Amino acid sequence: MTLFLHEIKQNRLSFLIWTFSIALMLLICMMMFPEMNTGMEDMNNMFSNMGSFTQAFGMDRLNFGDVMGFYAIECGNILSIGGGFFAALLGINALAKEEKERTAEFLLTHPVRRRTVIFQKLAAILFELLLMNVFIMAVSAASFAFIGEELAIREFLLLHGAYTVLQLEIACICFGISAFIRRSGVGVGLGLAALLYFLNLFKNISSQAEFLKYITPFAYAEAADIISESAIDMYLLALGLIYAAVAVGAAFLKYTRKDITA
Amino acid sequence: MKIIQTENLTKYYGKARGIIDMNLSVEAGDIFGFIGPNGAGKSTTIRTLLGLISPTSGNARIFEQDILKNHIEILSRIGYMPSEAMFYHGMRVEDVLRLSASLHGKNCLAEAHHLCERFKLDTKKKVEELSLGNRKKVSIVCGFMHQPDLYILDEPTSGLDPLMQKAFFELIHERNSQGATIFLSSHILSEIQHHCKNAAIIREGCLIACDSVEKLTNTKARRITLHGISSPPRLENMKNISCTENSVSFLYDGNMKVLIAELNQIPITDMTVTEPELEEIFLHYYTKEADLI
Repeated sequence: MTLFLHEIKQNRLSFLIWTFSIALMLLICMMMFPEMNTGMEDMNNMFSNMGSFTQAFGMDRLNFGDVMGFYAIECGNILSIGGGFFAALLGINALAKEEKERTAEFLLTHPVRRRTVIFQKLAAILFELLLMNVFIMAVSAASFAFIGEELAIREFLLLHGAYTVLQLEIACICFGISAFIRRSGVGVGLGLAALLYFLNLFKNISSQAEFLKYITPFAYAEAADIISESAIDMYLLALGLIYAAVAVGAAFLKYTRKDITA
Repeated sequence: MKIIQTENLTKYYGKARGIIDMNLSVEAGDIFGFIGPNGAGKSTTIRTLLGLISPTSGNARIFEQDILKNHIEILSRIGYMPSEAMFYHGMRVEDVLRLSASLHGKNCLAEAHHLCERFKLDTKKKVEELSLGNRKKVSIVCGFMHQPDLYILDEPTSGLDPLMQKAFFELIHERNSQGATIFLSSHILSEIQHHCKNAAIIREGCLIACDSVEKLTNTKARRITLHGISSPPRLENMKNISCTENSVSFLYDGNMKVLIAELNQIPITDMTVTEPELEEIFLHYYTKEADLI
């Protein structure tokens, strides 16, 4: 428990900044909806006719004039990019920062098992991600009420559920990488999150790239699919959780045997 | 009882040498010095004993328990001071001490407070604002507050001013007289000479000597520096000769009377006789080994 609390304390500033930034951006987006909806009747047509750009963001299947469609596209992108990057940062720093900042020696010469270090750090990350998502959902739900639009509860929960799992998967994969590196992996972590995001865009554009859905978690968190089918592709989601479990397993195998050098 | 015992302990980092066939033995209640130049493998030995790195071959026991199997039990009875202490950014000294106590699972903050007063450490300061000496003091408190049975100290005095060094060695002797064993790694010979009972000398990853400090440092050899001449006197038993325009310096390991008789013959203006430096002692052991081969 000591380490769990210690991690949360260490991360609190970055947690607050990311959480409030994402919530604020969602809020601003939602505030724009009434204006956009009245002023631009043709907007939906425009957005639906931008060729592969439209496809990439799933705007061919979503109605931009409908509040849930708008929310899914705008807020979906903010949440998947913002949340995905924050998850990547949390994961990639978790174990590697101890060696980079040379605090690993301090930590591991105390009577603490390395597996305890792994589990408590992981627990802290998962807790922070869950807390962030709950907070963001509360802010979002409040913003719906504020602009007087009705919230489709089922879609809303599915959407946020998928984003939360997406963040957990990215965090776990980066956590796995974190066990193998000794220096800062921020570039690797953010790069990986961005790569997975773009892979999903390619998948949306080209049917030949359809197989990418088995790789990127952004596939099961695809807002257009979730809203139009009112369901999450559970096979892809389960596959994502398997990737996450494998990464954590790799972190465990590596870190319990790793040489901590100065 | 043997507090530390290693058997052919070997560590390679890939192909790079760490330590080779280290056979160390430290008795309970000892203040044991571990001397060697930088890069000799002192820290590698310590890190292996603490479980930070795993040995390539060989094994080691602390408190008569295997370092790999009983790693946590062993660590809970050790106080460790790293050579370069780093702490978590943004934490105050008191937070670091609280974290350390909590990781030990012991309520030892009263002792921590006592030690902070003794070493004049301001617990309200942030760790990144601390000087090297003050960071050292934080690791002293972290290493000593839970009253362990074995202290492993890796170059503990670097960065401490002379007064604090004195206070630190007082603390070490205090804990030793209460029954704790001290393992002190250093490259400062005088520290080992003044405070340790037994010592081991390590060079290029190998243990080259292990004996009581008295015997180890009791070499007759002296560093002689003569001024007013530019070429060395004609003497046997001279080593490490270095000459400048106006002085000659060498390590002399022969009869003093012979030396004085020879000095009478040459026009020197001044001379100094000092105990050899640690490096020369190393060389002493090194050449001894070479002579045997």
